[in-house]
Amino acid sequence: MASVVPVKEKKLMDVKLGELPSWILMRDFTPKGIAGAFQRGYYRYYNKYINVKKGSVTGVTMLLAAYVLFNYCLSYKELKHERRRKYH
Amino acid sequence: MNENLFASFITPTIVGIPIVILIIAIPSILFPSPTRLITSRLTSLQQWLIQLVLKQLMMMHSIKGRTWSLMLISLILFIGSTNLLGLLPHSFTPTTQLSMNLGMAIPLWAAAVITGFRHKTKMSLAHLLPQGTPVPLIPMLVIIETISLFIQPMALAVRLTANITAGHLLMHLIGGATLVLTSISPATASITFIILILLTILEFAVALIQAYVFTLLVSLYLHDNT
Repeated sequence: MASVVPVKEKKLMDVKLGELPSWILMRDFTPKGIAGAFQRGYYRYYNKYINVKKGSVTGVTMLLAAYVLFNYCLSYKELKHERRRKYH
Repeated sequence: MNENLFASFITPTIVGIPIVILIIAIPSILFPSPTRLITSRLTSLQQWLIQLVLKQLMMMHSIKGRTWSLMLISLILFIGSTNLLGLLPHSFTPTTQLSMNLGMAIPLWAAAVITGFRHKTKMSLAHLLPQGTPVPLIPMLVIIETISLFIQPMALAVRLTANITAGHLLMHLIGGATLVLTSISPATASITFIILILLTILEFAVALIQAYVFTLLVSLYLHDNT
């Protein structure tokens, strides 16, 4: 499924399904690229929910909820033993 | 129950990589630095709070002591936010680890004492003897004051560790007790639940108070020595 514009420059929503593997493979996986991805993601969240003139409590609450989930995943191994089951 | 009780105090690692470094860095996300003059609500709220606390904290110091204001205000923010984040379910509180509190207390205390000895040697040595002691008691009192001087960093670190750890442990224990009691006698369980609620309110207060006390004591040591 050839397309007119090269795959490299398209945004994710414009990439056709068949071209998805090649699109994923061409992303920048160097440490600098990964750091750039984290930075972009952070600023996207920050500018949408926190850096607004009349931000509300939901911006911070979503961050705290994600933190709780993260810690739950980390301690799942110990928490597994506390389920109410006959055989653990 | 025995193994589980202290399991929340183990430093978290994923296949050997210590993520505790990441967890220590997380409270800084909640304090965005202002880029503009008129900032968002969160940043303005934090700026107002910081100015309030800073004025109270730095009012009693001389010019030389006020060079420490950045250090002290970041200290109180760090300890306060870390303690408060530790009250969320399942989270890990770095201030429960004695190693970290010692790492905070010893350099700060040592810096205050060494500043005092370098710039005002006579006055810092004079602090070792309280005013108006009877002459025969002087040697003993100097020894006692020196010992109390050297205990200060230990006391700072252990106070913070013990308070936060004890609070978390109590909450675990009482929560576990409530769970077990619901099947035995719901009345006792509701009493225990009320105790748990009160304890949680206390923990919120303790989180902030401990931060305040730590910083206040460091600033006190600073005041003695500048």
